[in-house]
Amino acid sequence: MDVVVENLTKSFGVQKAIDSVSFTARKGEVLGFLGPNGAGKTTTMKVMACFLFPDYGHVYFDKYSIHKHPGKIRQSIGYLPEHNPLYEDMNVIDFLAFVARLHAIPRYKIAPRVMEIIQLCGLEHEKHKNIRELSKGYRQRVGLAQALIHNPDVLILDEPTTGLDPNQTVEIRELIKQMGREKTVILSSHILTEIEHTCDRVLIINKGRIVANGTSEELENKADSSRLLKVCIAGSTDKETFQALEGIPEVENVRQAGNHAFNIRCKPDCNIEQSIFEVCVQNNWYINELTPVEKRLEDIFRQVTQN
Amino acid sequence: MNLLLSKNVWKTFSGRSLKIKNMNTVSVLVHKELSTYFNSWGIYIGYLVFFCVCGFYTWLSRDNLFYIGQATMLPVFMTINWLQFLLIPALTMRSFADEKRNGTLELMLTKPIKTWELIDGKFFSSLIVSLIALLLTVPYYITLAFLGNVDHGTVLLGYFGLLCMAACHISIGIFASSLSRTPVTAFFVHFGIGICFQLLFGLLALQLQNSFMAGLFQYLSLEEHFDALARGIFDSRDIVYFCSICAIFLALSKFCISKNRV
Repeated sequence: MDVVVENLTKSFGVQKAIDSVSFTARKGEVLGFLGPNGAGKTTTMKVMACFLFPDYGHVYFDKYSIHKHPGKIRQSIGYLPEHNPLYEDMNVIDFLAFVARLHAIPRYKIAPRVMEIIQLCGLEHEKHKNIRELSKGYRQRVGLAQALIHNPDVLILDEPTTGLDPNQTVEIRELIKQMGREKTVILSSHILTEIEHTCDRVLIINKGRIVANGTSEELENKADSSRLLKVCIAGSTDKETFQALEGIPEVENVRQAGNHAFNIRCKPDCNIEQSIFEVCVQNNWYINELTPVEKRLEDIFRQVTQN
Repeated sequence: MNLLLSKNVWKTFSGRSLKIKNMNTVSVLVHKELSTYFNSWGIYIGYLVFFCVCGFYTWLSRDNLFYIGQATMLPVFMTINWLQFLLIPALTMRSFADEKRNGTLELMLTKPIKTWELIDGKFFSSLIVSLIALLLTVPYYITLAFLGNVDHGTVLLGYFGLLCMAACHISIGIFASSLSRTPVTAFFVHFGIGICFQLLFGLLALQLQNSFMAGLFQYLSLEEHFDALARGIFDSRDIVYFCSICAIFLALSKFCISKNRV
């Protein structure tokens, strides 16, 4: 099921939480939502899950619109809210069976489905416990299990790995990736590595607007056209080296990054390595290190979300 | 013609299946609410208080049934009526206030259920709890029936009236809970609205004798309508009144819940 979001706008009082947000999430794709706190990620997800009504704009799940067919949409989505609210006085099995009944799963299928999802989410040893007795990680798993119980076409997960230990995080990421092969998965996270590893496409939102949209590689290419190199030169004082490097015409800017180490930003299509080598030969210096610095999602995130 | 007929048949069936689906959803919610109620000690303590206070006023107090010398359940109904007024806020105060505070309202409203189904689930589950409380007093009626000639019709109408009163208080309680974020606030909001319908409107009607406002307040008073049923007078206007109070407060609850989502 494809999800199409068109000009979604939602205000709380005078503050616009999201402002004309438009994007598409395709079937078989994991779409990652990135953004600083208060950027509008959760609001967008709440509107998509038909919990909040937008001031303006549409969300289509295939042919179904959130304005006209909220019931159909709720039946086809699995939603894990940000703070993972659960009925704490119910035990895991009862809670999942209750959610399954709400989704109108036939009575004879409920028990096997609940057991299947308990196994999938690694809740076998906790299934008879009351939810209030569970650790945060297991509660998160129960939240994920309730979102998956009816085998939805679209998964909307708001920070799904919060509170999980590193092993659980890896397991859940794998589960999400696996789900993403046949479903549409939209997840938000503030953990950049999680988005990098789990998502096929990244959407960066800032102050209610989408500021970047594409795969990690696309964003890295789009973000900045200059190259970044780290160079360590020995055989002279740092001041002399700094001046010599600044004198190279292709170099845009030089920054000292430690003893005899410099970060050089230069134009993308130049042979900067040769120029640096020639400067060193002329001055009888030698190069200890010359490595290109790869731009990571973190740099791009900072670049597009900083004022 | 055949096509039209089949379309109509399909419409009838799809409408029917929709109704059945809605009923199923409400019954799932009622089941969940009841298991939540009966999994906590609070409900048993509530029943115990209700049964003890009722028993004390019926059999042991100065104005007990033996003292009156008549085989009537009217004093019992009056006691139950006031007990319901005091205990139902405690039953309903958590209904939506807790859901809002814990965030489970967001979870529920992103499931394929409608807001009114959620409200109905809470309403009917509380009504069943109240009905069980009323059934606890049936032994009093049986005892009284052995002691004297009881008018069974009046007693049945009295119980029906109590159930209507409970339904009104529950709908007021659900509305108070949908307004509030904490159960304590919901309790006091319910108490404030409840005392107007239970007592103040009746008193105001007495104060403003023979004016339009007196008539209005008299009509709004819950006691006025319950009194008629408790005395064995079945008037369809009373039923319309009770149904209207329930419908108005449940509709207001839906409005309050939906308002937060806009």
